[in-house]
Amino acid sequence: MNPNTSTRSATVTGSVPARPSALERLRRVDVGTALAWLVVLVAVAWALAPGLFTSADPVAGVAADALRPPDAEYPFGTDATGRDVFARVVYGSVHSLSGALIAVTVGLVAGTLIGAVAGTVGGLVEDVLMRVVDVLLAVPSLLLSLSVVIVLGFGTAQIAFAVGVAGVAAFARLARSEVVRVRATDYVEAAYAGGGRFLTVLWRHVLPNSLTAVAALAALQFGTAILAISTLGFLGYGAPPPTPEWGLMIAEGRDYVATSWWLTTLPGLVVVAVVLSANRISASIARRGRA
Amino acid sequence: MRYVLRRVGQAVVVLFAAFTAAFVLLQAMPGDAVMIRFENPELGLSPEQIAALREAYGVDVPAHRQFLHTLLGFLRGDFGYSVQSGTPVSRMIAEALPGTLLLASLGFVVAVILAVGIAFLSTYPRLSWIRGALRALPSLFVSVPVFWLGILLVQVFSFRLGLVSVIAPGPVEGLILPVLTLAVPISAPLAQILVRSIDEVYTRPFVTVVRSRGAGHHRVLWRDVAGNALLPALTMAGVLFGELIGGAVVTETVFGRAGLGRLTEQAVGNQDVAVLQAVVLLTATVFVLINLCVDLLYPLLDPRLRTKAGAAA
Amino acid sequence: MTRNRSDVSDPDGTTPVLEVEDLTVAYTSRHVETPVLHGVSLTVHPGEVVAVVGESGSGKSTTAQAVIGLLPDNGRVTGGRIRLNGTDITSWSDRRMESVRGRRVGLVPQDPGTSLNPVKRIGDAIAEVMRIHRWADERRIRARVLELLERVGIPDPERRARQYPHELSGGMRQRVLIAAAIALRPELIIADEATSALDVTVQRTVLDLIDELRTEDGTSVLFITHDLAVASDRADRVVVLEGGRVREAGDTATVLSTPGHAYTRRLVADAPALNGAGHRTAERTAALLAERADLPPAIAVTDLVQEFGTRRDRFRAVDGVSFTVTPGTTHAIVGESGSGKTTTARAVMGFRRPTSGEVSVGGTEIGPLRGRGLRDLRRRLQMVYQNPYGSLDPRRTVGSIVAEPLVNYRIGDRAERARTVAEFLERVALPTHLSDRRPRELSGGQRQRVAIARALVLRPEVVVLDEPVSALDVTVQAQILDLLERLQEDLGLTYLFISHDLAVVRRLSHTLSVMRGGRVVESGVTEKVFADPRHEYTRGLIEAIPGRREPALPARP
Repeated sequence: MNPNTSTRSATVTGSVPARPSALERLRRVDVGTALAWLVVLVAVAWALAPGLFTSADPVAGVAADALRPPDAEYPFGTDATGRDVFARVVYGSVHSLSGALIAVTVGLVAGTLIGAVAGTVGGLVEDVLMRVVDVLLAVPSLLLSLSVVIVLGFGTAQIAFAVGVAGVAAFARLARSEVVRVRATDYVEAAYAGGGRFLTVLWRHVLPNSLTAVAALAALQFGTAILAISTLGFLGYGAPPPTPEWGLMIAEGRDYVATSWWLTTLPGLVVVAVVLSANRISASIARRGRA
Repeated sequence: MRYVLRRVGQAVVVLFAAFTAAFVLLQAMPGDAVMIRFENPELGLSPEQIAALREAYGVDVPAHRQFLHTLLGFLRGDFGYSVQSGTPVSRMIAEALPGTLLLASLGFVVAVILAVGIAFLSTYPRLSWIRGALRALPSLFVSVPVFWLGILLVQVFSFRLGLVSVIAPGPVEGLILPVLTLAVPISAPLAQILVRSIDEVYTRPFVTVVRSRGAGHHRVLWRDVAGNALLPALTMAGVLFGELIGGAVVTETVFGRAGLGRLTEQAVGNQDVAVLQAVVLLTATVFVLINLCVDLLYPLLDPRLRTKAGAAA
Repeated sequence: MTRNRSDVSDPDGTTPVLEVEDLTVAYTSRHVETPVLHGVSLTVHPGEVVAVVGESGSGKSTTAQAVIGLLPDNGRVTGGRIRLNGTDITSWSDRRMESVRGRRVGLVPQDPGTSLNPVKRIGDAIAEVMRIHRWADERRIRARVLELLERVGIPDPERRARQYPHELSGGMRQRVLIAAAIALRPELIIADEATSALDVTVQRTVLDLIDELRTEDGTSVLFITHDLAVASDRADRVVVLEGGRVREAGDTATVLSTPGHAYTRRLVADAPALNGAGHRTAERTAALLAERADLPPAIAVTDLVQEFGTRRDRFRAVDGVSFTVTPGTTHAIVGESGSGKTTTARAVMGFRRPTSGEVSVGGTEIGPLRGRGLRDLRRRLQMVYQNPYGSLDPRRTVGSIVAEPLVNYRIGDRAERARTVAEFLERVALPTHLSDRRPRELSGGQRQRVAIARALVLRPEVVVLDEPVSALDVTVQAQILDLLERLQEDLGLTYLFISHDLAVVRRLSHTLSVMRGGRVVESGVTEKVFADPRHEYTRGLIEAIPGRREPALPARP
């Protein structure tokens, strides 16, 4: 026991923290995170209303304009059949984002359910569930996704689901450890002491306090899912050409890598920007949870 | 001793469960892969020939006997036959393994060097001006699609700068870019956990105490912080192995190298269930073994667990 | 600023070991520089023990860190001078300070639990300081390590030197840290809350050790502490800090007997160890108990046994404990860590089913109760936890935390509940506008008031208080103790008070049980036990309470 620990940790400005004003709170949002939100919002807008961002057709090309480097007319250049690469990237975002959304939802729902049940019920149920999670963890996520793909077949929805399955274990482990952590806190015990019933306490205290970490993981998994989906698309297991899927576009641009750098580089940079932003947002959620 | 036995038992249970799951998922699915392939009228096989094939592939027996048969086969190192080519899967894997092993181990070494370099350089006070950039590197690395990175490296180093030839390169030259491509994404999670645990160790009171004895930056970092910070990174070993295999699938495909990854990629493309199943189960086995080793080694490296493990025994 | 600054000039003309003059330190956070020390001055002469006393946020630890040049990364000395044996070291570089640290100034840190590298052997931890300063060859260093371990009173030094920190008790680890601090015979030892994390009897032996080293080697000691009683026992002179300013300084006896500054007066008045029983005298308690002798006891515990662990490997935390508590009185369970006091409290709360024995609260036997019955009982039985930072859900507002028990038992409608919450916030002296704040926006004392309001809002008969003030500063502690006393009178509450702090127990409790190793070694009316302890262990505990020695004599050179 360590009765005086908190007494001895001196704070800078006395003991009563001041209440930050709305303006101050606004100022505390750092530039990087704001930029990350902006990137994700733009990508979402591309997915919802691609027509607002480009007037070019993502599928039909102008043969005369084939393999033109980026310029004012074609900001990302054109591919071998004269299609506007920028338009394809814009129209492609719906595949990546909706796929990632499906994947995260699958992982989040199944994983959190498994983890939360394991952490709450305990005993044999916990043992069995966590061994299942161990099995899922034992297979590298890409191979796990490939196993699902080989069973379900190729296609956008199939690879999204496959990527989601690969994320189940991470969510389950985190959810379980968070639930176990929160259940051991004094405030949960105090809630029982105050006459709380099991489900009430679970709903009112345990879940809300466990979910910040899970939300941070969800944001992180969103980025990971975009990466994994583009990888599976690149390997050719996703939607067939001429679908403007980001991974597939890069695969198609590979044949012209010696001459037309923009075909692979620019779509790739878009993927990096979106994934980086999702990771940044995840970190900011996790930080807020700790504060 | 009881701790060791319990841990080994757990590993066996996980492996058995993995095998069962793979069997149920991949082999016992309705409309099995063999039939889909051979009932194709274009092949022009007679019903008798199909029946003979069914027997050869062992799909004609009841599920539980099939299960037992497959399990015993796996234990003996017999993974059945490729649906695509009819070659024994074990031979295909044996042929593919050396190339991947070389690529993966080199990639791993480079990744460790990169990660340790990033993590430790970012704590040097003299380098504080680039600390921010160093610390941002791992999160950039995890955000880069491996296949794109490979293509980008080829573009820059082969076509732009002409430093590394991609057309008929020598054995060493041909490894440079694939190894780099594989190493970058592997180094990222390792660097992240190292940076985090170095930071965490620095906040512990004993570091201040060591400094109060007059220890300088280097001494604190290498004699006191490093040992404590490297321990948690050890638990990453299994995950890193998995990432290496996943990375090999992509890297080998991008660079057209023969190996386990390429084999896997083709197996999925051809719906060759037997090959994928063997690769998945082999990887899972190695993963479980690595984690078992780490768990058994950990108490030897961390004195606090030594007595705990002893007490549990 | 330094009103009573003691200007004890050197009796024999020697330079002071440490002179801090008008020191100002600021912390930078989010580009804003916040000063935390505003011109602190103090002097330590050779062989002298000077205590810097203050509450959290007073800047006492910052002062120590500045002296040894180990301010946190965002801290900076913005003015003033620090002189070590006459040499100005204020502007020395980190590299240059390394030659001072460990060799001329030794540090004994706060928490022995986390202050040793967990993967380094004890012998190496002590040898480190000698290796850093290249004191001698390896063979002599090893011999010196054993000599030092023996010096600080660790038996079997050769075996201990090979062990790791987790194999040693807290008191033992603190001795190891002292051994490392004195290894190179520094002129000054800074003891930064060196004994606050230790049990009171261990604290006493460690403090005795520091005293002994001081008298034998003539080392000066700068003693950083929140505990006025410890300072009064051990220091020649005290410096009282508040909000980064020196409020008062002078020789210990004078400052404590005739405090010149209002803040010092409050500190002295609020320190329970310096103030005996308050108004709970033996006579009053006897009268109170006699008056209520016919009432059935509010809590009755008979032969309570609580075991933990598996069938193979059992550990008996509580071993045959019995006591009764008269309604409307406070019964304290006192003990050091591992005595089983908290386990007993949790059994009374019904959080853990006893292995054997009976616990009844207000006449209801707890043992057989489950779900429904336990819930009904908890309307009459509530608890306040030690750590107000952990016992309040960080995501909920103060109002909803206090209202939660009412919601659970469906008492009143929304408006009624709001009224009840407001009433109880007022009872615990919290302004009602705090009710939409979250716990992290409150101070430690305010949080503990919220926890008390939550415990009382159901109007229970019995409240279990588990170390309710041990995480709080002494002045806040005094306020909470006052509050608890007043609430007991107003609402007729019965308290079961768990504490390691005998001085606080004396102040709040009518009767007590002293626990050790899961058993009650002595029990009775608090004041009678204090006046005439029967058991040797109780006697040791009472003697170990700081602040009971005669104040140290003024500066012994």
